[in-house]
Amino acid sequence: MKRFALWAPLAIFALLFAVVASGLFRPAEKVVRSAMVGKPLPDFALPAMVPGKPGLTSASFRQGKPRLLNVFASWCIPCIAEAPQLMRLKAMGVPIDAIAIRDTAPAISGFLRRNGDPYERIGSDRASQVQLALGSSGVPETFVIDGRGIVVKQIIGDIRPENVAEIVQAVKDAR
Amino acid sequence: MRVRNQVPLPLAGGVRGGASHASPTARARHALPRPLPRAGGEVIAALLLCISPAFAQPVTPPAHYANVQLADPAKEASARALMETLRCLVCQGQSIADSDADMAADMRALVRERIELGEKPASIRDWLIARYGDYVTYDPPLSGLTWPLWLAPILLLGIGGWIARSSFRRRTR
Amino acid sequence: MIAEAGLAALWFAGALAALQLVMAAIGIARGREDVAAAVRPVAIVQGLLALLAMALLIELFLDSDMSVKLVVENSHSAKPWLYKFAGAWGNHEGSMLLWVTILGLAGGAVAIFERSLPERTLTATLGAQATIALGFYAFLLFSSNPFARLNPAAADGLGLNPLLQDPGLAFHPPTLYTGYVGLSVAFSFAVGALVTRDVGPAFAKAMRPWVLVAWIFLTLGITAGSYWAYYELGWGGWWFWDPVENASLMPWLAATALLHSVTVLATRDGLRAWTIMLAVVAFSMSMIGTFLVRSGILTSVHAFAVDPERGAFILALLAIYIGGALALFAARIGTVRAGTTFDPVSREGWLVANNLLLSVILGIVLIGTLYPIVAASFSVQLSVGPPFFNKAAGPIALLLVAVMAVGPLLRWRRDDAKAVLRRVMLPIGATLVAGIALLFVWPGVLPWAGLSLAAGLAVASVAPLWKRNLKRTPLFTYGMVIAHLGIAVSLAGMASDSAFTKETLVAVRAGEPARVGPYTVTLDGISPVIGENWSALEARLTATRGGSESILRPQLRFFANPPTSTNESAILTVLDGQLYTVLGQPDGQGRWQLRLWWKPFVTLIWFGGVLIALGGMLSLLGRVRRERRAAIRAEWA
Repeated sequence: MKRFALWAPLAIFALLFAVVASGLFRPAEKVVRSAMVGKPLPDFALPAMVPGKPGLTSASFRQGKPRLLNVFASWCIPCIAEAPQLMRLKAMGVPIDAIAIRDTAPAISGFLRRNGDPYERIGSDRASQVQLALGSSGVPETFVIDGRGIVVKQIIGDIRPENVAEIVQAVKDAR
Repeated sequence: MRVRNQVPLPLAGGVRGGASHASPTARARHALPRPLPRAGGEVIAALLLCISPAFAQPVTPPAHYANVQLADPAKEASARALMETLRCLVCQGQSIADSDADMAADMRALVRERIELGEKPASIRDWLIARYGDYVTYDPPLSGLTWPLWLAPILLLGIGGWIARSSFRRRTR
Repeated sequence: MIAEAGLAALWFAGALAALQLVMAAIGIARGREDVAAAVRPVAIVQGLLALLAMALLIELFLDSDMSVKLVVENSHSAKPWLYKFAGAWGNHEGSMLLWVTILGLAGGAVAIFERSLPERTLTATLGAQATIALGFYAFLLFSSNPFARLNPAAADGLGLNPLLQDPGLAFHPPTLYTGYVGLSVAFSFAVGALVTRDVGPAFAKAMRPWVLVAWIFLTLGITAGSYWAYYELGWGGWWFWDPVENASLMPWLAATALLHSVTVLATRDGLRAWTIMLAVVAFSMSMIGTFLVRSGILTSVHAFAVDPERGAFILALLAIYIGGALALFAARIGTVRAGTTFDPVSREGWLVANNLLLSVILGIVLIGTLYPIVAASFSVQLSVGPPFFNKAAGPIALLLVAVMAVGPLLRWRRDDAKAVLRRVMLPIGATLVAGIALLFVWPGVLPWAGLSLAAGLAVASVAPLWKRNLKRTPLFTYGMVIAHLGIAVSLAGMASDSAFTKETLVAVRAGEPARVGPYTVTLDGISPVIGENWSALEARLTATRGGSESILRPQLRFFANPPTSTNESAILTVLDGQLYTVLGQPDGQGRWQLRLWWKPFVTLIWFGGVLIALGGMLSLLGRVRRERRAAIRAEWA
């Protein structure tokens, strides 16, 4: 075997080592991001979740004004944590709609009573079909949709107080 | 073979991206008391399930096709083959065919419904890739990034063959 | 007190490892035979001290000593004693201590039992073993201390994950680690041989039993792990190409190639470079696997929840050990490479093909396992799973099966192609017969090929016994026959499971029958059951087939510490397969979900695995017996 072939295993190991070492210290991407960001919102029509509040259709996101789409559920604990931030956003004039995942009317009513109701419309997504169509993989998640129905931004996890400013900015930019 | 080591605690394992994102996990399940065939069993089961830990879990039953097979065996086989190649997004390395997570159940329902309507498995997979990226499939699509992966077996065989030939070169005749 | 004693034992063991290394280095570099002779006892005591530390940790778990952090995080006073005992290694620190204990004991065993290696090479070998041990003692002591105290002590612990509360935890890790870490002996032998430039048949004969022992345990460990996952996880799957599973398969592939290579070196003085390289690669794969499982770099159900700092420590150790060994190989192998040559059509030739195919499969598994990390460096999230591995490695594995069938029928050094063809007529015939018969049940391409080749391999593996006096056939020939037969049996099981499994998912009330395969399964009722530290809902199922009736009791089990529920499957094993039943959720209208599988011949998978290990044991026994007889004859001569 030629000289170079004898050193090849060591060279291959060095390459492997470099690949693995670089992967070790990169912050691991622990969440699955939606691939729909930058694409049009998929068509859907969801029935009303609670009496007195209309259901949600994709058409309502093409009315010319950017809106927030919040994916939540009554059984989701971090959703309780982000409720105050959503109320703040509503107070600042940001229109918010919601999709409730795998939930029931009494549970959602109770949740809204306890934590406040920032939503104009709430759609009932019993089988998570719209959640899947959006590329969302858990609750809570929030999408910023511009006036033409294009998904502009995805926020994964509950909205913290420090995130409110950037969301407001994103909504403004989406005009 | 599975090396049996510590599986992270169920709730901890299901919460991704820190504590701000809770997803139903593969491990945590909550069985709700429902009327049993025999009255006595009802009471005992209800008591038992009160003792059992309550999680933050959805209270609605899973979608119809999550745990029900398609009537046509060929369609069911095709659906099952596809499910085994799709990744559960909230688990730690399982296909949706092998997972107890609610999102996996919903994805199974989606796959079966669409196959029932006659859609091809490849198109369902592409639909999911358009939503979640290549991460959702265990069968990495051939692309600029993955061609070395798919080429590797042939390349390795070639290198192996070359090494073998040089092993034999000094042939005794 | 016990915890401090355990920690002290660990420090002493580490110190002895350092001493062992220094003494070995002096003994070889300065030719000081007196110093070199003292290396053996030091190695033995080092191993025993590590064992003491492990025993003390187990004692802490059995005592439920809640002032020790590890016990609090992984145990609970209400647990059954078996899971307190085995739970000692059901976590990162404890299993790392087990790892290091086996490393020390392996070195000690070499020091006690190795008599045929020249003293200088043995000293170098023990020195290499000490070098490895030193790094991992440091890892334990500085970043994964199992004896760390919790102050103030906790009231009780968090408990052991219920999925691990199974007899499998008592058997699988120690067996697997004995194999995994036992390969370090082969690695040390290789390094020792390179240092003293002593690579030849005598060296190979000395190394062979050690490789066999590690390989046997690794085979059993992997088989046991597969079966444990199969019945525990509740979905009937037995292999998922999960990164941690691959981490145990890769050393096994390298060790199998090494096993064959070392025999060629021992009997024919060929394949010197291959044997040394494979010995280095096998344990390198073990170390890489250890790294993958504990660094958090890959997602897996089986990975430990550890942080990247520990991963970095192990990675640094890998760089030193593997890089060092490979550099030593490149520098020294040129001077030891002369060996005899052989024809392509010869047993050596086909053993080279065997090595190559095993290495190619190893390469595919390694690349597939690491590829998501490569993709992540380009900010792309990828998943590589069964579809890739089955498509990429499956055909090559089948090619390997064909090589395995023909190889043992070839003569050493040079054989005549026409004569070989005559010898393989019967196996080829068996393959064709099976292939044609299976066309009637068309199981799919890969299973069809797998089953047909399994038939051919089964006939071919028994072929070396034809026309032989069975009483005078050496034991290691039987070993080869049974091991290869085991592969055929296992392959048949895998193909049958993937092609002929029947699945039924139903929601039934009591009395409603469900059909799966040849069975009719009826739910009789659900009743509550209380166990030692769990409560459960148990279904009573009656399964009928023809005239026979059996009762199965799958459970939905609830644990309090930690709060989880698990599925306990109920499996009925009969001669031609298994009926696998799982109880699911109630649907709210009085019906219960049942998952039922009929898996024909699935048990052959693990039965084959046991046969392979048995073949290895017969080989080991046969070789050891022959070496002993040769030594006695030499003494008398």
